[in-house]
Order: sequence, then structure tokens, then C-alpha cells
Amino acid sequence: MNWLAQQLDNLAWMAHGGAVYVFAAMAIVCALAVVFTHNVVRMAFWLILCLAATAGLFFSLNADFVGAAQLLIYVGGTLVLLIFGVMLTASGPFLQMRTKPGEMVLGGVVGLALLGLLLSSALAVRWGERSPVLASEVVGAGFNPVAEGNTTRELGLKFLGASSRDLKTGRGELSAGYLLPFEIVSVHLLVVLIGAAYLARTKRRKQPADSSGDSRSAALSA
Amino acid sequence: MNPELSTAAPADLNLYLFVAAVLFVSGIVCMATKRNGIGVLMGVELVLNGANLNFIAFGRFTKLGIDGHVLSLFVIVLAAAEAAIALAIALNFYNNHLSIDVDRADSLSG
Repeated sequence: MNWLAQQLDNLAWMAHGGAVYVFAAMAIVCALAVVFTHNVVRMAFWLILCLAATAGLFFSLNADFVGAAQLLIYVGGTLVLLIFGVMLTASGPFLQMRTKPGEMVLGGVVGLALLGLLLSSALAVRWGERSPVLASEVVGAGFNPVAEGNTTRELGLKFLGASSRDLKTGRGELSAGYLLPFEIVSVHLLVVLIGAAYLARTKRRKQPADSSGDSRSAALSA
Repeated sequence: MNPELSTAAPADLNLYLFVAAVLFVSGIVCMATKRNGIGVLMGVELVLNGANLNFIAFGRFTKLGIDGHVLSLFVIVLAAAEAAIALAIALNFYNNHLSIDVDRADSLSG
């Protein structure tokens, strides 16, 4: 019975390792599809898949709360907002604004150069030698998400200005938390709410100065 | 779960750095080449996601720890706020120009 449980654990761990590569490949493919698709609605669809794959990568990194927040806020909120934007600003059902091929080539060259720079600088560091040491230090410091199961309690304590490490040692002194940034962000969200409602309220539509655009006549007749 | 398995990472940090770099560059290229304003916003979302993935990965593999999670939560919240404001601006732009093509926004060019 014990052997069976151990085998099941090993199998689950192997599936975990495989899922990481599946999510990584999915995120990369969907991000490239966002770049190379011209239809806005399909771009939004690929972006949803890319953000969901990123949430899967978050879960694989033991960041359960952040992964859930990613799914709820990004995939459930921001993407719905973007799709509403697509619907409210589409002039025609199959509107496509093509980029000039020269601009696309130029952007691709710049992007590849940036990718080479980022990868060469990030992969030049030998993380493999450092990460076991650093991970053991992290475990010793009290942050052990695999054993403790989740990060929600730790995150809540951090936002309140404490950490479970301080509470365990009981020295009476607390490390710097994130209470003030949390409050600033909440006020910022209120300001953003008011500002967005002010900016997006319906106004009288201004008549276009010239009617040379192809999409303007369609929008006016609609 | 075995104790020796629980401390081992399923994948290297390099994998996450690679994915994050690809997401970042895809977002940059998306911002630079799309003519649709909503497409530019989607590029911004991709860039922020690449940065978030780096925060979480470094929080897992280095001493950054739970602080990386806190920072990525701030990034997620600010990205939602940015999307709301930018979409309001895009709607205003569409009301004024009857198009979402960002190349039309040349009223200030001399």
C-alpha cells in the first residue's frame, strides 16, 4: 500500500514535469500567434490561451494564489474588457488593418535582436549551480510552499506587513510588508474607475473632416 | 510526496526565463507592428505577463520568495487598471476618428 502510494506520487510528479513543458510550449506558440494574426478577434482568442498557459506555469511554480488571480483577473476580466473594446470599435465584420511588409520585417529583425540579447544574457548565468543552494536557503528561511501547500496565508500576512517567519520566531519585530503599496493600489483602482467612466462616457460624435477613409463611410452608414 | 522530490524543481529556471523572454519580445513586436489600437494593448498584456513569469520564477528558485508573488499581484492589478483606462482612451479615439487605426492619430504632427 505504501509502495503504491509512492508510485502514484512519482507518477504525479512525472506528469507535473511534463505539464510544465506543455504549458511552456503552449504559451510560446500562442504568443507568436498573437503577433502573426491579423484578425483582432483571433488575436484575443490566442491571447486568452497564452494567459491561461502562463497561469499553468504559475501553478507549476507553486504560486497557486497568483495563478488563480491570473485566471480570474486577466482571463476573466481584462480579456473580456479587451473583447468589449474590439466589439465597440470594429467598423466592419472582417476589418483587417494590414501592416506593411517592410515594417513587419523591421519589427521582426528588432524583435529577434532583442530576443537574442535577452536569452544570451539570461542563459549565460549558471542558474543550475546556484538554484539548489538558493532553494535550500529559502526552505530554511521559512518559505516552503510545497510542504505548506499554498501561499495564500503567507501573501495575506505580507500584505498586512508581517510574515510567518516573524510570527514563528516571535521576536516582536516585523519585517517590511506591503501595507502601504496595497493601500496606494486600492486608491489607484478607485481613481482609475472614475477616470475610465469619465473618459468612456458617450459624447456627441464629431463629424470627420474628410471622407477619404474606407472604413468611415461604413461606420457612418451603420 | 517524497522529501527529496519536493525540494527538486520540475524544470529548470532557464525554461521559465526562455518562455518569459519569448513572451516579452512577442509583446514588443506586437506593440510595434500592430496598427489596431486594441492589438497594441494586447502587446502590452504580453509584456506584463513575461515580466510576471520572471517574478514568479525567481521567487521560486531564489531567495526572492513570496515577495515575487506580491510584486506580480501588483503587476496584475495595475495591468487591469491600465487596460481599463486604455480602452476608454481607445473608445474616445474611435469616437473622434471613426477608426481604431493608430496611424490615424496624426493630429498633432506638423
